[in-house]
Amino acid sequence: MKTLLSIDAVSKNFGRVVAIDDVSLAIRENEFFALLGPSGCGKTTLLRMLAGFETPSGGKILLDGKDISNVPPNRRPVNLMFQSYALFPHMTVRANIAYGLEMERLPAEKIRGRVDEMLATTQLAALADRKPEQLSGGQRQRVALARALVKRPRLLLLDEPLGALDKKLRATMQIELKRLQHEVGITFVIVTHDQEEALVMADRMAVLRDGRLLQCDTPHEVYERPADRFVADFIGVMNFCQGRLDASGVGMPDGSCIRGRLPEGAAAGASATAAVRPERILLRPTGDVDNRAAGTVEALAYHGLDLQLHLRTDLSERPFLVRVTADAADRQPLAVGDRVEIGWSAADTRIFKD
Amino acid sequence: MTSRSALLMAPALAWLTGLMVVPCALVLALAFFRRGIYGGIEYTFTLENFGMVLNPLYAGIFLNSARIAGTATVIAVIIGYAAAYAIAASPRRLQPVFLFFAVLPFWSNYLIRTYAWIVLLNREGLVTQLLRWLGYEGEPPALLYTEGAVITGLVYNYLPFVVLACYAPLSRLNPELAEASRDLGATALTTFRRIVLPLTLPGIAAGAVFVFVLSIGNFVTPALLGGGRFQMIGNLVYDQFLTANDWPFGAALSMALIAIMLLLLTLQAFAAERASSRVVVREDAT
Repeated sequence: MKTLLSIDAVSKNFGRVVAIDDVSLAIRENEFFALLGPSGCGKTTLLRMLAGFETPSGGKILLDGKDISNVPPNRRPVNLMFQSYALFPHMTVRANIAYGLEMERLPAEKIRGRVDEMLATTQLAALADRKPEQLSGGQRQRVALARALVKRPRLLLLDEPLGALDKKLRATMQIELKRLQHEVGITFVIVTHDQEEALVMADRMAVLRDGRLLQCDTPHEVYERPADRFVADFIGVMNFCQGRLDASGVGMPDGSCIRGRLPEGAAAGASATAAVRPERILLRPTGDVDNRAAGTVEALAYHGLDLQLHLRTDLSERPFLVRVTADAADRQPLAVGDRVEIGWSAADTRIFKD
Repeated sequence: MTSRSALLMAPALAWLTGLMVVPCALVLALAFFRRGIYGGIEYTFTLENFGMVLNPLYAGIFLNSARIAGTATVIAVIIGYAAAYAIAASPRRLQPVFLFFAVLPFWSNYLIRTYAWIVLLNREGLVTQLLRWLGYEGEPPALLYTEGAVITGLVYNYLPFVVLACYAPLSRLNPELAEASRDLGATALTTFRRIVLPLTLPGIAAGAVFVFVLSIGNFVTPALLGGGRFQMIGNLVYDQFLTANDWPFGAALSMALIAIMLLLLTLQAFAAERASSRVVVREDAT
């Protein structure tokens, strides 16, 4: 796929505070791309640079191969959907959506046609004459989206678009946004701190921390092969066991060894962490498994579809989390205080140098 | 209304009734009586005082006052709005400081502030000296005792009201609204005209009504800076009560003035009511 937007060694500092530190990314045409990270990681600053509200202190931003680093926001084929939605309170839904087209000085009937079309796409036709204050949160979100999309930008930026919605609506809107993106064929770049949102919606995602890019890949790759310990911890749930590298994995203080693929350039004896996802752990393994451990059930968290087991083991300070399907739990009832054996394969173990 | 809230409101109500409603009613009543031959009041009912208000001579003074007050209002709104805009755009922690300086003249006496302008605008006053220092050699310009001096005095005295009235909606305006406008392709000027200005209009209206109402009834500034050459309604009322000894006519003029003010304040209140149904919230970004 063709590259639409190149972020080329971009840095941004405010005074002495470094918000973005030498980030390079390539966003492809028609992609749903997520910028993910904890608050303060610089993702919003990066988004504001793409929109034109901030200029990079270093590096370049290229859109379709042209340097847009210093192009003001009103002259970029890029639109931003604000976190607060920033709907114009003195204008109706229709006027809000038409505003951007009026700025392009399109003829009135053309504006009307495109606004009507967008109202239909976003199912807002019945609300066209309302003012923003007369709308629910979900409706406002759709107006904000319609207002940006009607401009048919090359790139649509969305700043925490679902942040203000309740959990159930958020789940619906995640699918809705993805469907819409597919329908309009516009490249979306979304900023979120919600890893689940990024996993569900994005084709590819970039994980940022303290202004630096940690990993950029598909959700599947980031989840299954996190680049470092922070990414592993930030995305999904992960069990960590700290020890020292040896020939076949990470040696634990109690003398046992957790087997896994060793990271490149690993020196035996160096401090390292072995990590495994809760859903990769087998309860009471019967056959041959690479890694085995035993623990006492400390707590059981019921999630409907599955059960999360908190096991006290010798492997780590934190309780070991094990995901058990509702099915398996029915077959082998568990209770707090039970002693259980667990096991997992070396292929499911990630090892990070500390 | 509970007895408790009635009790709490009583002092204020008593104050307003005793010192506002009753005197106004008395003045209103005066307007319907005849002037005595040697001054004083003859208690016979008449409407001729109100007829006299409409006399072209006096109606002209009304119009002239409205024109001067209107000019002062327009100038004060332009300067005050610009100042409020600059304050609202400055760093948050500095804003109270700037506002304090904007309101500072209020802490000194109105008369002293007006006399200060006499010192400035005098024939050989500071402004003339400044011109001389810049190389001006001709006759000193006639600055004092002109309409311009009156307008300058009014603008100067009531500017803080406009700054405060405009600052409130400007500081509450979500800055993302202007950014959204820019993002959608608007220039800075269009953004101001179509987004910022309409959303802060209630503040402008409040400030403008304030300046206009206070200016049109003002008599100190026209007397001191206009040198008595520019009669405004305030001066006319003053003269009727204290010089011409025609209290009934003075009362009728006062009533006409109060009616104009009430009309404007009511209109402004209606406009503000309509605007306040529209909430402009600043939502904090994470």
